[in-house]
Amino acid sequence: MEKKKIKILIAKPGLDGHDRGAKVVARGLRDAGFEVIYTGLHQTPEMIVNTAIQEDVDVIGLSILSGAHMTIFPEVLRLLKEKGATNIHLFGGGIIPDEDKEKLYQLGVGKLFDPGTKISEIVEYLNNLFKEK
Amino acid sequence: MTIKEYLKKFEEKDERILAKIITMVEEEYKESEEILRYINKKIGKAYRIGITGPQGSGKSTLIAKLTKRLLNRYKEIGIIACDPSSPFSYGALLGDRIRMNELFLEKGVFIRSMATRGSLNGLAYKTKEVADILDAFGKEIIIIETIGVGQVEVEISNLVDTTVVVFVPESGDGIQILKAGLTEIGDIFVINKSDRIGADILFYELKNLIEISYQNSKWKPPIILTQAVNNYGIEELEKEIVNHYNYLVENNLLEEKREKAIIRELVNNFEKEILKILWQNEKVRKSFAEVSKEVLEKKLTIEEGIKKLIREVKYDQ
Ligand SMILES: Nc1nc2c(ncn2[C@@H]2O[C@H](COP(=O)(O)OP(=O)(O)O)[C@@H](O)[C@H]2O)c(=O)[nH]1
Ligand SMILES: [Mg+2]
Repeated sequence: MEKKKIKILIAKPGLDGHDRGAKVVARGLRDAGFEVIYTGLHQTPEMIVNTAIQEDVDVIGLSILSGAHMTIFPEVLRLLKEKGATNIHLFGGGIIPDEDKEKLYQLGVGKLFDPGTKISEIVEYLNNLFKEK
Repeated sequence: MTIKEYLKKFEEKDERILAKIITMVEEEYKESEEILRYINKKIGKAYRIGITGPQGSGKSTLIAKLTKRLLNRYKEIGIIACDPSSPFSYGALLGDRIRMNELFLEKGVFIRSMATRGSLNGLAYKTKEVADILDAFGKEIIIIETIGVGQVEVEISNLVDTTVVVFVPESGDGIQILKAGLTEIGDIFVINKSDRIGADILFYELKNLIEISYQNSKWKPPIILTQAVNNYGIEELEKEIVNHYNYLVENNLLEEKREKAIIRELVNNFEKEILKILWQNEKVRKSFAEVSKEVLEKKLTIEEGIKKLIREVKYDQ
Protein backbone atom coordinates (compact mmCIF):
# COMPACT_ATOMS: atom_id res chain seq x y z
CA MET A 1 0.00 0.00 0.00
CA GLU A 2 1.70 3.10 -1.22
CA LYS A 3 0.87 6.40 0.41
CA LYS A 4 0.90 9.37 -1.87
CA LYS A 5 0.61 12.33 0.46
CA ILE A 6 2.65 12.71 3.62
CA LYS A 7 0.65 14.17 6.49
CA ILE A 8 2.33 15.88 9.41
CA LEU A 9 0.87 17.07 12.68
CA ILE A 10 2.67 20.11 14.07
CA ALA A 11 1.70 20.63 17.69
CA LYS A 12 2.67 23.04 20.40
CA PRO A 13 2.44 21.49 23.85
CA GLY A 14 3.09 23.26 27.10
CA LEU A 15 2.00 26.45 28.72
CA ASP A 16 4.09 29.10 27.00
CA GLY A 17 1.92 31.54 25.14
CA HIS A 18 3.31 32.01 21.66
CA ASP A 19 3.62 29.76 18.67
CA ARG A 20 5.37 31.84 16.06
CA GLY A 21 8.08 29.23 15.55
CA ALA A 22 5.63 26.36 15.17
CA LYS A 23 3.58 28.34 12.66
CA VAL A 24 6.64 29.19 10.58
CA VAL A 25 7.55 25.51 10.45
CA ALA A 26 3.98 24.53 9.57
CA ARG A 27 3.88 27.01 6.72
CA GLY A 28 7.33 26.01 5.51
CA LEU A 29 6.34 22.36 5.37
CA ARG A 30 3.17 23.26 3.49
CA ASP A 31 5.31 25.13 0.95
CA ALA A 32 7.48 22.03 0.62
CA GLY A 33 4.43 20.01 -0.42
CA PHE A 34 3.41 18.32 2.83
CA GLU A 35 -0.10 18.32 4.23
CA VAL A 36 0.27 19.90 7.64
CA ILE A 37 -2.27 19.83 10.40
CA TYR A 38 -1.80 22.61 12.89
CA THR A 39 -3.75 22.59 16.14
CA GLY A 40 -2.63 25.67 18.05
CA LEU A 41 -1.28 26.22 21.54
CA HIS A 42 -1.44 24.28 24.80
CA GLN A 43 -1.77 20.77 23.41
CA THR A 44 -1.60 17.95 25.93
CA PRO A 45 -0.08 14.58 24.94
CA GLU A 46 -3.60 13.07 24.87
CA MET A 47 -4.85 15.77 22.51
CA ILE A 48 -1.80 15.34 20.28
CA VAL A 49 -2.12 11.57 20.01
CA ASN A 50 -5.90 11.65 19.50
CA THR A 51 -5.46 14.13 16.67
CA ALA A 52 -2.61 12.16 15.13
CA ILE A 53 -4.71 9.01 15.07
CA GLN A 54 -7.89 10.58 13.71
CA GLU A 55 -5.98 12.41 11.00
CA ASP A 56 -3.87 9.32 10.26
CA VAL A 57 -0.68 11.36 10.09
CA ASP A 58 2.69 9.88 9.26
CA VAL A 59 4.67 12.24 11.44
CA ILE A 60 4.23 14.31 14.59
CA GLY A 61 6.46 17.33 15.10
CA LEU A 62 6.44 18.92 18.55
CA SER A 63 7.66 22.41 19.27
CA ILE A 64 8.66 22.69 22.92
CA LEU A 65 10.23 25.76 24.43
CA SER A 66 8.90 25.42 27.93
CA GLY A 67 11.49 22.88 29.10
CA ALA A 68 8.93 20.13 29.56
CA HIS A 69 10.46 17.98 26.83
CA MET A 70 11.53 15.19 29.21
CA THR A 71 7.93 14.55 30.19
CA ILE A 72 6.08 15.35 26.96
CA PHE A 73 8.08 13.35 24.41
CA PRO A 74 8.07 10.11 26.45
CA GLU A 75 4.38 10.53 27.23
CA VAL A 76 3.47 10.98 23.56
CA LEU A 77 5.53 7.88 22.72
CA ARG A 78 3.79 5.93 25.46
CA LEU A 79 0.33 6.92 24.26
CA LEU A 80 1.19 6.09 20.65
CA LYS A 81 2.26 2.66 21.81
CA GLU A 82 -0.84 2.21 23.94
CA LYS A 83 -3.04 3.01 20.95
CA GLY A 84 -1.12 0.80 18.56
CA ALA A 85 0.17 3.69 16.50
CA THR A 86 3.91 3.16 16.78
CA ASN A 87 4.29 3.60 13.03
CA ILE A 88 3.89 7.36 13.51
CA HIS A 89 7.27 9.07 13.54
CA LEU A 90 7.87 11.60 16.32
CA PHE A 91 10.37 14.43 15.99
CA GLY A 92 10.67 17.90 17.47
CA GLY A 93 12.30 21.20 18.02
CA GLY A 94 13.13 23.43 20.95
CA ILE A 95 15.78 24.32 23.47
CA ILE A 96 16.90 20.87 24.50
CA PRO A 97 20.29 20.18 26.16
CA ASP A 98 22.49 17.61 24.44
CA GLU A 99 22.29 15.02 27.22
CA ASP A 100 18.49 15.20 27.16
CA LYS A 101 18.53 14.84 23.39
CA GLU A 102 20.61 11.71 23.77
CA LYS A 103 18.14 10.23 26.26
CA LEU A 104 15.19 11.00 24.02
CA TYR A 105 16.93 9.52 20.98
CA GLN A 106 17.45 6.36 23.04
CA LEU A 107 13.71 6.22 23.67
CA GLY A 108 13.02 6.33 19.96
CA VAL A 109 12.35 10.00 19.35
CA GLY A 110 13.46 11.18 15.91
CA LYS A 111 15.61 14.20 15.22
CA LEU A 112 15.42 17.15 17.62
CA PHE A 113 16.15 20.46 15.95
CA ASP A 114 17.50 23.57 17.66
CA PRO A 115 15.56 26.84 17.49
CA GLY A 116 16.25 28.75 14.30
CA THR A 117 16.94 25.66 12.20
CA LYS A 118 16.37 26.33 8.52
CA ILE A 119 13.11 24.87 7.19
CA SER A 120 15.03 23.33 4.31
CA GLU A 121 16.95 21.21 6.80
CA ILE A 122 13.72 19.89 8.32
CA VAL A 123 12.28 19.26 4.87
CA GLU A 124 15.36 17.29 3.89
CA TYR A 125 15.13 15.25 7.07
CA LEU A 126 11.48 14.40 6.43
CA ASN A 127 12.05 13.57 2.79
CA ASN A 128 14.85 11.18 3.72
CA LEU A 129 12.58 9.53 6.24
CA PHE A 130 10.17 8.56 3.51
CA LYS A 131 12.76 7.71 0.94
CA GLU A 132 14.02 4.91 3.16
CA LYS A 133 10.59 3.35 3.56
CA MET B 1 -3.69 -6.72 7.94
CA THR B 2 -6.05 -7.83 5.18
CA ILE B 3 -8.98 -5.70 4.14
CA LYS B 4 -11.34 -8.20 5.77
CA GLU B 5 -9.55 -7.71 9.07
CA TYR B 6 -9.71 -3.96 8.64
CA LEU B 7 -13.45 -4.09 8.09
CA LYS B 8 -13.92 -6.35 11.09
CA LYS B 9 -12.12 -3.84 13.31
CA PHE B 10 -14.13 -1.07 11.71
CA GLU B 11 -17.23 -2.95 12.75
CA GLU B 12 -15.85 -3.12 16.29
CA LYS B 13 -15.60 0.67 16.26
CA ASP B 14 -11.83 0.92 16.30
CA GLU B 15 -11.14 4.61 15.74
CA ARG B 16 -7.62 4.06 14.43
CA ILE B 17 -8.96 1.70 11.77
CA LEU B 18 -11.66 4.22 10.87
CA ALA B 19 -8.87 6.74 10.23
CA LYS B 20 -6.91 4.22 8.14
CA ILE B 21 -9.96 3.34 6.08
CA ILE B 22 -10.57 7.00 5.36
CA THR B 23 -6.99 7.31 4.14
CA MET B 24 -7.37 4.29 1.87
CA VAL B 25 -10.40 5.85 0.23
CA GLU B 26 -8.97 9.35 0.12
CA GLU B 27 -5.80 8.06 -1.53
CA GLU B 28 -7.76 5.74 -3.84
CA TYR B 29 -5.93 2.60 -2.79
CA LYS B 30 -7.06 -0.47 -4.66
CA GLU B 31 -8.94 -1.59 -1.51
CA SER B 32 -11.12 1.48 -1.86
CA GLU B 33 -13.69 -0.23 -4.06
CA GLU B 34 -14.28 -3.05 -1.60
CA ILE B 35 -14.51 -0.59 1.29
CA LEU B 36 -17.10 1.53 -0.48
CA ARG B 37 -19.15 -1.51 -1.43
CA TYR B 38 -19.14 -2.58 2.20
CA ILE B 39 -19.97 0.92 3.44
CA ASN B 40 -22.75 1.42 0.91
CA LYS B 41 -25.17 -0.90 2.68
CA LYS B 42 -24.73 0.88 5.98
CA ILE B 43 -25.24 4.52 5.12
CA GLY B 44 -28.26 6.72 5.64
CA LYS B 45 -28.56 6.82 9.40
CA ALA B 46 -26.53 9.93 10.07
CA TYR B 47 -27.94 13.43 9.73
CA ARG B 48 -25.62 15.63 7.69
CA ILE B 49 -25.08 19.33 8.23
CA GLY B 50 -22.99 21.56 5.97
CA ILE B 51 -21.40 24.81 7.09
CA THR B 52 -20.28 27.21 4.40
CA GLY B 53 -19.34 30.88 4.20
CA PRO B 54 -16.29 33.07 3.73
CA GLN B 55 -12.90 32.22 5.17
CA GLY B 56 -12.56 33.63 8.66
CA SER B 57 -16.30 33.98 9.19
CA GLY B 58 -16.12 31.65 12.18
CA LYS B 59 -17.23 28.33 10.68
CA SER B 60 -14.78 26.22 12.66
CA THR B 61 -15.58 28.04 15.88
CA LEU B 62 -19.30 27.61 15.28
CA ILE B 63 -18.85 23.90 14.63
CA ALA B 64 -16.95 23.48 17.89
CA LYS B 65 -19.69 25.21 19.91
CA LEU B 66 -22.52 23.50 18.06
CA THR B 67 -20.91 20.11 18.54
CA LYS B 68 -20.52 20.77 22.26
CA ARG B 69 -24.26 21.43 22.44
CA LEU B 70 -25.19 18.46 20.31
CA LEU B 71 -23.21 16.23 22.64
CA ASN B 72 -25.99 16.69 25.17
CA ARG B 73 -28.23 14.67 22.89
CA TYR B 74 -25.95 12.64 20.66
CA LYS B 75 -22.93 10.54 21.51
CA GLU B 76 -21.40 10.08 18.08
CA ILE B 77 -20.48 13.09 15.98
CA GLY B 78 -18.17 13.27 12.95
CA ILE B 79 -16.63 16.44 11.56
CA ILE B 80 -14.99 16.90 8.16
CA ALA B 81 -13.06 20.15 7.83
CA CYS B 82 -11.90 21.09 4.34
CA ASP B 83 -9.03 23.48 3.68
CA PRO B 84 -7.39 24.47 0.41
CA SER B 85 -4.25 22.87 -1.00
CA SER B 86 -1.59 25.23 -2.30
CA PRO B 87 -1.76 25.35 -6.09
CA PHE B 88 2.01 25.87 -6.11
CA SER B 89 3.42 23.26 -3.77
CA TYR B 90 0.36 20.96 -3.58
CA GLY B 91 0.91 21.02 0.17
CA ALA B 92 -1.73 22.25 2.57
CA LEU B 93 -1.98 23.90 5.94
CA LEU B 94 -5.02 22.48 7.67
CA GLY B 95 -5.90 24.82 10.53
CA ASP B 96 -9.56 24.26 11.34
CA ARG B 97 -8.65 22.23 14.40
CA ILE B 98 -7.18 25.32 16.07
CA ARG B 99 -10.77 26.38 16.87
CA MET B 100 -11.90 22.90 17.86
CA ASN B 101 -9.50 22.14 20.71
CA GLU B 102 -12.35 21.69 23.17
CA LEU B 103 -13.47 18.64 21.20
CA PHE B 104 -10.16 16.75 21.09
CA LEU B 105 -10.83 14.76 24.22
CA GLU B 106 -14.55 14.24 23.68
CA LYS B 107 -15.23 10.56 23.25
CA GLY B 108 -17.38 9.95 20.21
CA VAL B 109 -16.19 13.03 18.35
CA PHE B 110 -14.06 12.26 15.32
CA ILE B 111 -12.51 15.11 13.33
CA ARG B 112 -10.87 14.70 9.96
CA SER B 113 -9.18 17.54 8.07
CA MET B 114 -9.11 17.24 4.31
CA ALA B 115 -7.10 19.18 1.74
CA THR B 116 -8.84 20.04 -1.52
CA ARG B 117 -5.97 18.68 -3.67
CA GLY B 118 -7.11 20.65 -6.68
CA SER B 119 -10.85 20.30 -6.27
CA LEU B 120 -12.57 23.61 -7.00
CA ASN B 121 -15.99 23.27 -5.39
CA GLY B 122 -14.98 24.19 -1.86
CA LEU B 123 -14.73 20.58 -0.75
CA ALA B 124 -12.07 17.91 -0.93
CA TYR B 125 -12.51 15.31 -3.69
CA LYS B 126 -13.53 12.50 -1.39
CA THR B 127 -15.66 14.47 1.06
CA LYS B 128 -18.81 12.54 0.23
CA GLU B 129 -17.08 9.19 0.58
CA VAL B 130 -15.56 10.18 3.92
CA ALA B 131 -18.97 11.32 5.16
CA ASP B 132 -20.36 7.93 4.09
CA ILE B 133 -17.62 6.14 5.99
CA LEU B 134 -18.36 8.15 9.15
CA ASP B 135 -22.03 7.40 8.68
CA ALA B 136 -21.39 3.68 8.35
CA PHE B 137 -19.11 3.78 11.38
CA GLY B 138 -22.09 4.90 13.46
CA LYS B 139 -21.83 8.66 13.66
CA GLU B 140 -25.28 10.09 14.31
CA ILE B 141 -24.44 13.59 13.14
CA ILE B 142 -21.90 14.58 10.51
CA ILE B 143 -20.84 18.19 10.10
CA ILE B 144 -18.95 19.30 7.01
CA GLU B 145 -17.04 22.59 6.76
CA THR B 146 -16.22 23.98 3.30
CA ILE B 147 -13.05 25.95 2.64
CA GLY B 148 -14.91 29.21 2.07
CA VAL B 149 -12.99 31.18 -0.48
CA GLY B 150 -16.08 33.23 -1.23
CA GLN B 151 -16.44 31.61 -4.63
CA VAL B 152 -19.53 29.62 -5.43
CA GLU B 153 -19.56 26.64 -3.13
CA VAL B 154 -22.96 25.25 -3.87
CA GLU B 155 -21.81 21.64 -4.05
CA ILE B 156 -22.06 21.32 -0.28
CA SER B 157 -25.85 21.57 -0.45
CA ASN B 158 -25.96 18.38 -2.52
CA LEU B 159 -23.99 16.56 0.11
CA VAL B 160 -25.93 17.38 3.24
CA ASP B 161 -29.46 17.51 4.62
CA THR B 162 -29.20 20.98 6.13
CA THR B 163 -26.97 23.72 4.74
CA VAL B 164 -25.94 26.54 7.06
CA VAL B 165 -24.53 29.64 5.37
CA VAL B 166 -22.42 31.91 7.56
CA PHE B 167 -21.88 35.60 6.92
CA VAL B 168 -20.17 38.26 9.00
CA PRO B 169 -20.72 42.03 9.15
CA GLU B 170 -17.54 42.34 7.04
CA SER B 171 -19.15 40.29 4.26
CA GLY B 172 -20.22 43.58 2.75
CA ASP B 173 -23.53 44.83 1.43
CA GLY B 174 -26.40 42.98 -0.20
CA ILE B 175 -24.92 43.13 -3.69
CA GLN B 176 -21.70 41.47 -2.64
CA ILE B 177 -23.58 38.78 -0.79
CA LEU B 178 -25.78 38.17 -3.79
CA LYS B 179 -22.69 37.82 -5.98
CA ALA B 180 -21.26 35.19 -3.68
CA GLY B 181 -24.13 32.99 -4.85
CA LEU B 182 -24.82 31.56 -1.44
CA THR B 183 -28.27 32.99 -0.81
CA GLU B 184 -29.94 30.23 -2.79
CA ILE B 185 -28.40 27.26 -1.05
CA GLY B 186 -28.91 28.13 2.61
CA ASP B 187 -31.50 26.37 4.70
CA ILE B 188 -30.35 28.45 7.63
CA PHE B 189 -28.43 31.71 7.58
CA VAL B 190 -26.10 32.79 10.33
CA ILE B 191 -24.67 36.22 10.89
CA ASN B 192 -21.69 35.45 13.06
CA LYS B 193 -19.49 38.02 14.84
CA SER B 194 -22.69 39.88 15.59
CA ASP B 195 -20.70 41.61 18.34
CA ARG B 196 -19.31 43.73 15.53
CA ILE B 197 -20.71 46.87 13.92
CA GLY B 198 -22.98 46.30 10.94
CA ALA B 199 -24.64 43.06 12.00
CA ASP B 200 -28.13 44.60 12.16
CA ILE B 201 -27.82 46.27 8.75
CA LEU B 202 -26.67 42.99 7.25
CA PHE B 203 -29.60 41.25 8.93
CA TYR B 204 -32.16 43.40 7.10
CA GLU B 205 -30.35 43.27 3.75
CA LEU B 206 -30.11 39.50 4.01
CA LYS B 207 -33.74 39.26 5.06
CA ASN B 208 -34.81 41.08 1.88
CA LEU B 209 -32.63 38.93 -0.33
CA ILE B 210 -33.89 35.72 1.20
CA GLU B 211 -37.52 36.74 0.94
CA ILE B 212 -37.05 37.11 -2.81
CA SER B 213 -34.98 33.97 -3.30
CA TYR B 214 -37.34 31.80 -1.29
CA GLN B 215 -40.71 33.31 -2.16
CA ASN B 216 -41.86 30.11 -3.86
CA SER B 217 -40.37 27.84 -1.28
CA LYS B 218 -42.31 26.33 1.58
CA TRP B 219 -39.26 26.51 3.82
CA LYS B 220 -38.43 30.07 4.85
CA PRO B 221 -34.81 30.09 6.02
CA PRO B 222 -34.28 31.75 9.38
CA ILE B 223 -31.48 34.21 10.00
CA ILE B 224 -29.67 33.79 13.29
CA LEU B 225 -27.32 36.25 14.94
CA THR B 226 -24.45 34.47 16.64
CA GLN B 227 -21.19 35.18 18.42
CA ALA B 228 -19.43 31.88 18.16
CA VAL B 229 -16.48 32.87 20.36
CA ASN B 230 -18.88 33.87 23.12
CA ASN B 231 -21.04 30.78 22.65
CA TYR B 232 -23.98 33.06 21.91
CA GLY B 233 -26.81 32.08 19.57
CA ILE B 234 -25.71 28.45 19.34
CA GLU B 235 -28.83 27.20 21.10
CA GLU B 236 -30.97 28.91 18.48
CA LEU B 237 -28.85 27.47 15.69
CA GLU B 238 -29.37 24.00 17.07
CA LYS B 239 -33.11 24.65 17.36
CA GLU B 240 -33.36 25.78 13.74
CA ILE B 241 -31.42 22.75 12.53
CA VAL B 242 -33.96 20.56 14.32
CA ASN B 243 -36.79 22.61 12.78
CA HIS B 244 -35.37 22.10 9.32
CA TYR B 245 -34.96 18.40 9.95
CA ASN B 246 -38.60 18.20 11.05
CA TYR B 247 -39.68 20.14 7.99
CA LEU B 248 -37.87 17.70 5.70
CA VAL B 249 -39.29 14.68 7.45
CA GLU B 250 -42.87 15.94 7.72
CA ASN B 251 -42.95 16.79 4.02
CA ASN B 252 -41.28 13.55 2.95
CA LEU B 253 -38.42 15.54 1.50
CA LEU B 254 -35.47 13.94 3.26
CA GLU B 255 -35.38 10.77 1.15
CA GLU B 256 -36.17 12.71 -2.00
CA LYS B 257 -33.33 15.11 -1.36
CA ARG B 258 -30.88 12.30 -0.69
CA GLU B 259 -31.97 10.33 -3.76
CA LYS B 260 -31.58 13.38 -5.97
CA ALA B 261 -28.08 13.87 -4.64
CA ILE B 262 -27.16 10.27 -5.40
CA ILE B 263 -28.44 10.53 -8.97
CA ARG B 264 -26.55 13.77 -9.40
CA GLU B 265 -23.40 12.09 -8.19
CA LEU B 266 -24.02 9.23 -10.60
CA VAL B 267 -24.44 11.61 -13.52
CA ASN B 268 -21.37 13.66 -12.62
CA ASN B 269 -19.10 10.68 -12.24
CA PHE B 270 -20.51 8.98 -15.31
CA GLU B 271 -19.74 12.05 -17.39
CA LYS B 272 -16.25 12.23 -15.96
CA GLU B 273 -15.59 8.60 -16.82
CA ILE B 274 -16.99 8.99 -20.33
CA LEU B 275 -14.61 11.86 -20.93
CA LYS B 276 -11.70 9.77 -19.71
CA ILE B 277 -12.63 6.93 -22.05
CA LEU B 278 -13.03 9.39 -24.88
CA TRP B 279 -9.57 10.84 -24.44
CA GLN B 280 -8.02 7.42 -24.12
CA ASN B 281 -9.29 6.54 -27.58
CA GLU B 282 -6.42 6.67 -30.07
CA LYS B 283 -8.63 7.68 -32.99
CA VAL B 284 -10.28 10.49 -31.07
CA ARG B 285 -6.91 11.89 -30.09
CA LYS B 286 -5.73 11.69 -33.69
CA SER B 287 -8.85 13.40 -35.05
CA PHE B 288 -8.46 16.06 -32.39
CA ALA B 289 -4.85 16.72 -33.36
CA GLU B 290 -5.82 17.03 -37.04
CA VAL B 291 -8.75 19.29 -36.36
CA SER B 292 -6.73 21.52 -34.03
CA LYS B 293 -4.21 21.99 -36.77
CA GLU B 294 -6.89 22.92 -39.26
CA VAL B 295 -8.42 25.34 -36.80
CA LEU B 296 -5.06 26.96 -36.10
CA GLU B 297 -4.43 27.27 -39.85
CA LYS B 298 -7.85 28.90 -40.09
CA LYS B 299 -9.06 26.26 -42.53
CA LEU B 300 -11.92 25.62 -40.11
CA THR B 301 -13.63 27.80 -37.57
CA ILE B 302 -13.86 26.45 -34.05
CA GLU B 303 -17.51 25.61 -34.64
CA GLU B 304 -16.73 23.72 -37.85
CA GLY B 305 -13.90 21.93 -36.11
CA ILE B 306 -16.24 20.75 -33.36
CA LYS B 307 -18.81 19.53 -35.91
CA LYS B 308 -16.13 17.57 -37.72
CA LEU B 309 -14.90 16.04 -34.46
CA ILE B 310 -18.41 15.04 -33.42
CA ARG B 311 -19.00 13.42 -36.82
CA GLU B 312 -15.81 11.42 -36.49
CA VAL B 313 -16.43 10.40 -32.89
CA LYS B 314 -19.96 9.25 -33.76
CA TYR B 315 -18.76 7.45 -36.86
CA ASP B 316 -16.20 5.69 -34.74
CA GLN B 317 -18.97 3.99 -32.81
N1 LIG C 1 -15.36 38.97 17.18
C1 LIG C 1 -15.68 37.71 16.92
N2 LIG C 1 -14.73 36.89 16.45
C2 LIG C 1 -15.07 35.59 16.18
C3 LIG C 1 -16.38 35.12 16.39
N3 LIG C 1 -16.44 33.82 16.01
C4 LIG C 1 -15.19 33.50 15.59
N4 LIG C 1 -14.37 34.57 15.70
C5 LIG C 1 -12.93 34.61 15.34
O1 LIG C 1 -12.81 34.65 13.93
C6 LIG C 1 -11.60 34.02 13.51
C7 LIG C 1 -11.87 33.00 12.45
O2 LIG C 1 -12.62 31.93 13.00
P1 LIG C 1 -12.68 30.49 12.33
O3 LIG C 1 -13.62 29.69 13.13
O4 LIG C 1 -11.32 29.95 12.14
O5 LIG C 1 -13.30 30.86 10.91
P2 LIG C 1 -13.44 29.94 9.59
O6 LIG C 1 -12.28 30.27 8.70
O7 LIG C 1 -14.72 30.36 8.94
O8 LIG C 1 -13.45 28.52 10.03
C8 LIG C 1 -10.99 33.45 14.78
O9 LIG C 1 -9.99 34.30 15.25
C9 LIG C 1 -12.15 33.40 15.76
O10 LIG C 1 -11.75 33.48 17.10
C10 LIG C 1 -17.38 36.03 16.92
O11 LIG C 1 -18.54 35.69 17.13
N5 LIG C 1 -16.96 37.30 17.17
MG1 LIG D 1 -12.27 26.94 9.40
